[in-house]
Amino acid sequence: MENIKATRRDFLKTTGLTSFGLALGISSFAKDATVKKIIPAILKLEINPFIVIDTAGNITIINPRPDMGQGSTQAVPSLLAEELEVSLDQVKIAQSDGKDKYGNQTSGGSSSVRSLWEPIRKAGAAAREMLTEAAAKRWNVPVSECSAKDGAIVHNPTGKSLGYGELADDASKLEVPKNPKLKDPKDFKIIGKYNKRLDVPERVTGKAIYGLDVDIPGMVYASILHSPSLHGKVVSIDDTETKKVKGVLKVIKTERPMPHRTSEAVAVIGTNWWAALKGKKALNVKWDNGDLEKTISTEKYFAETYQAAKKEGINYEEKGDFSAKYAAAEKKLEANYETPFLAHAPIEPENAIVHVKDDGSVEIWAPVQGPDWALRDVCAYLKVAPEKVKINVTLLGGAFGRKAYHDFLLEACHLSRELKKPVKVIWTREDDISQGPYRPGMLSHMQGFVENGNITGYHHHAIGESIVGQVFKGLKSDEADPWLSEEISMNNNKYSFPVASKISWTNVKTDIPIVWWRSVYASNFGWGQECFIDELAHLAGKDPLKARMELIKDDRFKKVLETLAEKSAWGEKLSEGQGKGIAVFKSFDSISATCITVTKKDLGVTIDKVVTVIDCGYYVNPDNVKAQTEGNIVMGITAAIKDGITFTNGVCDQSNYHQYNIMRLNETPKMDIHIVDSGANPGGVGEPGLPPIAPALGNAIFAATGKRMRKLPFDISNLA
Amino acid sequence: MANYNLTVNNKKIRVDVEPDMPLLWVLRDFADLKGTKFGCGMALCGACTVHLDGQPARSCQTPISSVSKTTKITTIEGIGDGKLHAIQQAWIEEQVPQCGYCQSGQIMSAVALLKEKPTPTDEDIDSAMSGNLCRCGTYDRIRKAIHRAADTIKVSEKGIGKN
Repeated sequence: MENIKATRRDFLKTTGLTSFGLALGISSFAKDATVKKIIPAILKLEINPFIVIDTAGNITIINPRPDMGQGSTQAVPSLLAEELEVSLDQVKIAQSDGKDKYGNQTSGGSSSVRSLWEPIRKAGAAAREMLTEAAAKRWNVPVSECSAKDGAIVHNPTGKSLGYGELADDASKLEVPKNPKLKDPKDFKIIGKYNKRLDVPERVTGKAIYGLDVDIPGMVYASILHSPSLHGKVVSIDDTETKKVKGVLKVIKTERPMPHRTSEAVAVIGTNWWAALKGKKALNVKWDNGDLEKTISTEKYFAETYQAAKKEGINYEEKGDFSAKYAAAEKKLEANYETPFLAHAPIEPENAIVHVKDDGSVEIWAPVQGPDWALRDVCAYLKVAPEKVKINVTLLGGAFGRKAYHDFLLEACHLSRELKKPVKVIWTREDDISQGPYRPGMLSHMQGFVENGNITGYHHHAIGESIVGQVFKGLKSDEADPWLSEEISMNNNKYSFPVASKISWTNVKTDIPIVWWRSVYASNFGWGQECFIDELAHLAGKDPLKARMELIKDDRFKKVLETLAEKSAWGEKLSEGQGKGIAVFKSFDSISATCITVTKKDLGVTIDKVVTVIDCGYYVNPDNVKAQTEGNIVMGITAAIKDGITFTNGVCDQSNYHQYNIMRLNETPKMDIHIVDSGANPGGVGEPGLPPIAPALGNAIFAATGKRMRKLPFDISNLA
Repeated sequence: MANYNLTVNNKKIRVDVEPDMPLLWVLRDFADLKGTKFGCGMALCGACTVHLDGQPARSCQTPISSVSKTTKITTIEGIGDGKLHAIQQAWIEEQVPQCGYCQSGQIMSAVALLKEKPTPTDEDIDSAMSGNLCRCGTYDRIRKAIHRAADTIKVSEKGIGKN
């Protein structure tokens, strides 16, 4: 048993070193300890928020980015371990709890490595320098004679060494270096190297703990009946049959809090979840749907987007007078590209355990993408102070954006507060698919023209519901969605049209709940952008790859396209019925380009091969870059050729994987992935591989069949 | 409620549950074996795959009353017999899992496949593994890992033969 010294060194201090500030002092573990009289056996020292070293030499690295499968349990600690001069098998990795001292802790926007690249390495380097200084002082030798190696400081002339545990107490009393020296990338031992992820064994033996796997003593289970029309009001609840189900404890009217509105719901509480689910199926609830049967309709929504395409939008940016030039142009094209609403459908359904305790404190166990956001939402909802809330983040069984939307978590908050017990809410697959939130369906209205054989004018009118608007209530009616900047702006796509170009926006609203989905708007607007560039290339009589090389003014893009041309053997002679298509898209600071080869078969095509090239700048583990890109290929093809989400008369038409199909192993094409080592600052890895997939497929289908696909999803076996 | 005697991973257990409770929830909530996962509740995703007398079965669609006390139930926790199964080892070598949530089910299907067909072709893998969904998209690695495990088993069997 370990005892923790409870005296507090009152020298918490911060520096301007990082966005987090490095805090020095006794760890939160010690502050939490209630014992005052015990003499320490082991002292846990927080060298900074991300590194805790105890006097027995155990090192704990705090990972501030929850792992939903993107590999953050390896990627982020690797940044720190590299600078701290330890290997990952020497340390324990713990997940941050949402508290301020860890800064931004949300896995999203492919941001883990790209945003933590400098601050987390600096946290590691600062600790290394403090440990080195502590050793130099102990030995009374110059710091320059000491170096860090494998969790110890070595005195180079004599070879004597002290482990980090032996130095932690002294080091924690030192000033935090303001500008610690980061390692030269050529000296990296971990970053950029192939390393197996150390938590894979627990994920293949059933030992990994996901949210769904947590049990808390005394907890009850909830299955929640949500309004089929999303926002209906409960008129009456007949629970006669429900109460006959063994194990059902209670039926309670509850609510589903979403960012844009709160909906009514009915929860069945049981001693086990199966009983609660059976009880839910036996409920007879009457709903007042108001006019939801008319307003909650994807057909109506898309009709409005097509109407909007006929009008001018709000300009995001414009170079030259596009409309005038377009009107006067002789050789021009116009097309609408549609992408559907999509569910994230992670195989682990949404779930959370919340315990609102008698003393007003709250403890949570949940698979959430961001403990900091979850903390903020829980505090606002329950009206409690952050100090009163403890969040235990579990592993996430997939998320893709879904588990940064906290309706399921707040449902558990509501029920635990009402029932005064720990409550575990588990959504069914039907809840997950038919309730949302979804990737919004979007329309790209594209216009362009060609002069003297060159593509000289281009307009992308992005149309649909805004995540900024619905989720953050942050979009003014006269403003173009600011997130277009990182998706389709000319500064992002690096296309340059000599005569005129324009990016515009129209907000078409819906009450269907929406949120980011892997690669956010890029998964929508990449379809319009990259298929239309292909159309313009054909209009200009140019090879689609050459046309892009001419239009793009950026060396990194060009290198990616050149590499793709080589790796995909672009330009080689194709067999009868074969076609190749390409697309390139930059998102989250990484450039990804894909070439897909298809072959005509009966009324459709089959996918022969997918080649993707990615330049994500510096990366931690090349194998993980490839793994994430493989996942993006599968999810990107799924989004193109499997099911979308539709609402008819206020109700979702899909409920489970038989109506919302996702790609299966037998449908997986051959894939070949290449990384361009640009040495640029790190870009994202989890999402950038996705946006080029659907347009590369659409362009390949055109090449093979002459048929231009403009609406997703489509049936690849029957394109007629 | 009714009492059921079960044989799970070669251990006898006794549970008192409703007859229509799926084996999945008996395993997870009454036998504390959380490695078998809930994904869809309709036998569409395969996350709940276990073996009944060596045959892969979807435990979310297997009422406990249909499982006899002599049926040998094997879950992901029991597949390696105390050490890693060749399939699990291959999954580590190929770094298959991303989130890993579906992988218990994938592995149970793969183990059953190799028992049936020690040297599976791509077509065999397609037909045995297409009932298991992976939203992270690890299919390409699953295919490679199954071939790798098949090779490993072949080599180790040859080794035994030589001795």
